[in-house]
Amino acid sequence: MSRPDAIVVGGGIVGAACARELAMAGLGVTLVEAEFVGGGATAAGMGHIVVMDDSPPQFGLTALSRALLDELAPALPAAVERDRCGTLWVAEDEDQLVAARLKAAAYGDAKVEASVVDGAELPRLEPGLRPGLAGGLLVPGDGVVYPPALARWLAEDARRLGAAIREGEPVTALDGRSVMTARGRIDAALVVNAAGAAAPILTHGLPIVPRRGHLVITDRHPGFCRHQVLELGYLKSAHSSTGASVAFNVQPRMTGQVLIGSSRELVGWNRTPNRALLGRMLRRAADFMPALAGLSAIRSWIGFRPATPDNLPLIGPSSRIDGLWIAAGHEGLGITTALGTARLLGDLILGRAPSLDPVPFTPDRSGEPAAAVHA
Amino acid sequence: MSDASVLETDVAIVGAGPAGIAAAVAARAEGARTLLLDSAPRPGGQIWRHRDPAQLPASGRRWIERLSGSGAEWIHSANAIDLPAPGVLIAEREGRAFTIRWRSLVIATGATERLLPFPGWTLPNVFGVGGLQALLKAGASVAARRVIVAGSGPLLLPVASSLAAAGATIRLVAEQAPALRVYRFAGALWSDPVRLAQAARYRAGFRRARYRCGTWIVRVDPVGSALSVTLTDGRRIWTDRTDLVAVGYGLVPDVRLARLAGCSIASGCVAVDRSQRTSVPSVFCAGEPTGIAGADSAVAQGRLAGAAAAGARRTGGAASRARRFAARLDRAFALRPDLRALPDPATIVCRCEDVSLGEIGEGWSARQIKLYTRAGMGPCQGRVCQPALEFLRRTGADAVRLPLFPAPVGLLADHANRDEGDS
Ligand SMILES: Cc1cc2nc3c(=O)[nH]c(=O)nc-3n(C[C@H](O)[C@H](O)[C@H](O)COP(=O)(O)OP(=O)(O)OC[C@H]3O[C@@H](n4cnc5c(N)ncnc54)[C@H](O)[C@@H]3O)c2cc1C
Ligand SMILES: Cc1cc2nc3c(=O)[nH]c(=O)nc-3n(C[C@H](O)[C@H](O)[C@H](O)COP(=O)(O)OP(=O)(O)OC[C@H]3O[C@@H](n4cnc5c(N)ncnc54)[C@H](O)[C@@H]3O)c2cc1C
Repeated sequence: MSRPDAIVVGGGIVGAACARELAMAGLGVTLVEAEFVGGGATAAGMGHIVVMDDSPPQFGLTALSRALLDELAPALPAAVERDRCGTLWVAEDEDQLVAARLKAAAYGDAKVEASVVDGAELPRLEPGLRPGLAGGLLVPGDGVVYPPALARWLAEDARRLGAAIREGEPVTALDGRSVMTARGRIDAALVVNAAGAAAPILTHGLPIVPRRGHLVITDRHPGFCRHQVLELGYLKSAHSSTGASVAFNVQPRMTGQVLIGSSRELVGWNRTPNRALLGRMLRRAADFMPALAGLSAIRSWIGFRPATPDNLPLIGPSSRIDGLWIAAGHEGLGITTALGTARLLGDLILGRAPSLDPVPFTPDRSGEPAAAVHA
Repeated sequence: MSDASVLETDVAIVGAGPAGIAAAVAARAEGARTLLLDSAPRPGGQIWRHRDPAQLPASGRRWIERLSGSGAEWIHSANAIDLPAPGVLIAEREGRAFTIRWRSLVIATGATERLLPFPGWTLPNVFGVGGLQALLKAGASVAARRVIVAGSGPLLLPVASSLAAAGATIRLVAEQAPALRVYRFAGALWSDPVRLAQAARYRAGFRRARYRCGTWIVRVDPVGSALSVTLTDGRRIWTDRTDLVAVGYGLVPDVRLARLAGCSIASGCVAVDRSQRTSVPSVFCAGEPTGIAGADSAVAQGRLAGAAAAGARRTGGAASRARRFAARLDRAFALRPDLRALPDPATIVCRCEDVSLGEIGEGWSARQIKLYTRAGMGPCQGRVCQPALEFLRRTGADAVRLPLFPAPVGLLADHANRDEGDS
């Protein structure tokens, strides 16, 4: 096999998107994945494609990424289950409704369509919401995908563009010029560490930890809800003193199923479900949508978000290791931000004018923790 | 059952087939408070499933009588859905949760039927062997209907015999295993007179029909309201007309609850010692989850498990005999590789999610198949397609997750609430 220009380590949605971006630019790319494409955090994520404005860089990255997905949409197969269902952020009280108005204005300034919904209009949009809510914010351009299928399509597209996709091959060591696997050594001009929450295992010192989340999926109940519906006030509940938090977050799947989130806790890679937290998460959901309690739950699972201290991903060159690039740490937004990440990384690698200000994403920044998190 | 949402017991038993019933009776004989629960409305499991005890064979009737006289608490129509912590079992009944606090747990969850896909297996009037038998026990009529029974394993005989007894015309019983292996297996039953007598009785039940080894169904096509069944013996291919088809390729131990409990599993079976103890303290297992060995073995294992779970020092060879029998059974009825070639790319593999074989790549793991195609993601959570894929694609088993059976969201919300602190 000929020597690739770039090796991407990790075939999650981020690595798959990066491999495709570099292959589109004409580079010879080899993607090396320990198991199979899309089987990591990507397989556990909800797949909400959402513009978020907890910080200006996050807003820029999510808006760019969503626009890139819109461009791709006609090419995507049905298995990606892309549904432009919109996000409905629910305000419980007047304070939150004021926050919704401010958000709507900020979204409008950035040409992202968003509108404030009053309390009387809510039941028309989502009849399942409990009465008495103050209103909300509707972001119609947001949507939903089925993450493993999108990751798989991105990797397949990279393959069509000439990339080699090597699955079932764990990388044991890497630097900026080569990676080691059980099958031997691969050399290249540059290496991208896109191993998600496992990225620090391969590149010591990266500030990424797994932040665990639970999800529950129901049987098919078509029409139960029409938008991805979340609480605007989740910031309040997201930072409880116990360190574990839950938020109301439900999603209609194209199959008619309802996916219910979300929880966050820092428990390392522990895979035993936290039933108490799961219960709290479901009670929070049923508090907003009482009829959820009667739906039939068929399965629950957990996933590990690759979390950074300031909740922004690490995208760019390592300052310590020549030839090494990082694209990891996407916490609860990596399904959304994979395409924007790949675009920005490609800009930086190829010396194109960056699509976004890269500074806030610099891998070796010493970031101040920002407040916001998402599903 | 009382309305209390928390029940206390010494011995909790999940599954009221022969193994669970014998365990309950044995645990009560040791004086332990005993609770037996099952998803079904009546005790009996697969083989002693009944509407009226008068339908049952003598041994089944006797055991069910013993159970009702034993003083064990019987909870019907309840699914065990979670084991959140040692000593705690969560069950669901009619949409409501209750907690069972136990000192010992006996897992007697039986087996499920393996169905293999072939063109036409999803047509109306094509049933699982066990499925058709269950319909019959629930009162369905097969009188004067033509039936072809096919697949593999000792289950084909009793089912053909009960269909014949209910007035069906058995056109053929097609066993895929070669005659030599089947007869060698049957020959070995000489050492087991009870089983031999049983087999002879079953065979007598449909004496006029043919029991053909080395024969299997290739495809089924609808012809009006009847079915055209294409069969082969590997050399010749022929077709036959029938009204119903019953097909099943043996049984697979149901080890999901045992896996949730964390018990070690070896070659698909729960590992137990001479007291039916699993690798998890205070958790016992009896019957088919330890290996497919039939109802008598299930009873023998259940007696040991019930007594041991109640604290008696009881050991025996039932589990190792069962393992040996299961190994013989596996050898005799090993599935022929030809069966892997039956489904074509358009054949549905997962009925819940409408996934066809052509969507599944070569060499994919169980998890990969599921994530890429949704096979096994539906309400049955892979109970049907996983055993088929294990054979077709040599995949391993998928992980077991909560809840073990579908349960209302509100119930999961509440049961966790009650055990806040446990995790
Ligand atoms: C419960 C939950 C809900 C979420 N909901 C959403 C949502 O609604 N919207 C959204 O945008 N995001 C959501 N996310 C976040 C999203 O899933 C992640 O941010 C995203 O999947 C991260 O992608 P990744 O490619 O960086 O990581 P991963 O998908 O984990 O990919 C990393 C890959 O690297 C491979 N790898 C690791 N080590 C090695 C090695 N040594 N050698 C080779 N390969 C290796 C792994 O096998 C894996 O495939 C959610 C996450 C969770 C857990
Ligand atoms: C479909 C089928 C048909 C069969 N027909 C025959 C036949 O005709 N003749 C014959 O000799 N043998 C037959 N067998 C084999 C026979 O069932 C076994 O040899 C014998 O019944 C094993 O007893 P057991 O107690 O281990 O399991 P079973 O009799 O299978 O009992 C297990 C019980 O556990 C219950 N259960 C499982 N999980 C849970 C849970 N989580 N919560 C609550 N309850 C649960 C089930 O409802 C079931 O009632 C059949 C098996 C199957 C699967």
